[in-house]
Amino acid sequence: MNASASWDGMAWLTGATAAERIIPSVIAEAHRVQQEILELLKQNSFSDRDIFAVKLAVEEAVVNAIRHGNQSDPDKKVRIAYQVTTDAFAIRICDEGCGFDPDAVPDPTQEENLEKPSGRGLLLMRYYMNEVRFLDGGTTVLMFKRRGSS
Amino acid sequence: MSSQPRRRQLEIQEIGDVTVVAFTDRKILDEQNIQSIGEQLYSLVDDAGRRKLVLNFAKVEYLSSAALGKLITLNKKLQAVKGRLALCNIAPDIFEVFEITGLKKVFNIYKTEQDALQSF
Repeated sequence: MNASASWDGMAWLTGATAAERIIPSVIAEAHRVQQEILELLKQNSFSDRDIFAVKLAVEEAVVNAIRHGNQSDPDKKVRIAYQVTTDAFAIRICDEGCGFDPDAVPDPTQEENLEKPSGRGLLLMRYYMNEVRFLDGGTTVLMFKRRGSS
Repeated sequence: MSSQPRRRQLEIQEIGDVTVVAFTDRKILDEQNIQSIGEQLYSLVDDAGRRKLVLNFAKVEYLSSAALGKLITLNKKLQAVKGRLALCNIAPDIFEVFEITGLKKVFNIYKTEQDALQSF
């Protein structure tokens, strides 16, 4: 797979090796899927640093979907599709919430926001992934990471 | 929230008038655990009246933004009662999270527990 800048996340995640999980909005359920992903990364010999990056970005995205998107309503589902190859990792996470405007999220590194207890998830996702895209009014996030990139 | 018996998540030690808190599990700062950890930390200030706190991150291999939020609230609680929080033994991967988020300048961060203790 050519993990180039022209990555088409949607096409990639519908490929034959992608897995899809549909879970209720419960953190413990999300953790089971996160563990599956981390195991796959280990099996594909991703470095500890890559695994740390994916773990952090996926946790932030999944928690956003459950808490902010679905308001922790266990009747609402989160759909997680992911793919791990020897070169890269991609994931799509969809919630059933009202969406949000990622550009309207205040920059948590600005002096006036520095001591706010929340609002750092997007920053971390963007830092640790090569690409982060929001679709469907913010109810879907796509993330992509090339192996060994920082 | 959970009816399961709570596994000990913090190791608390008094050294002089400083309370040293060590996290006992390397994955302890993820979303599943952070709520109860936060409550235990706040309780040290609100209920037990501790004013000088050192948090030792030696065993921590991971933390999310939710954990950062708890640390910020703990720091504010201590500042409000003229107390002080110091963090130490933070692994490079974790330290990077403090750098990215700009929180390096919000917290007092020391290399070793000894350095943190001497800062009081």
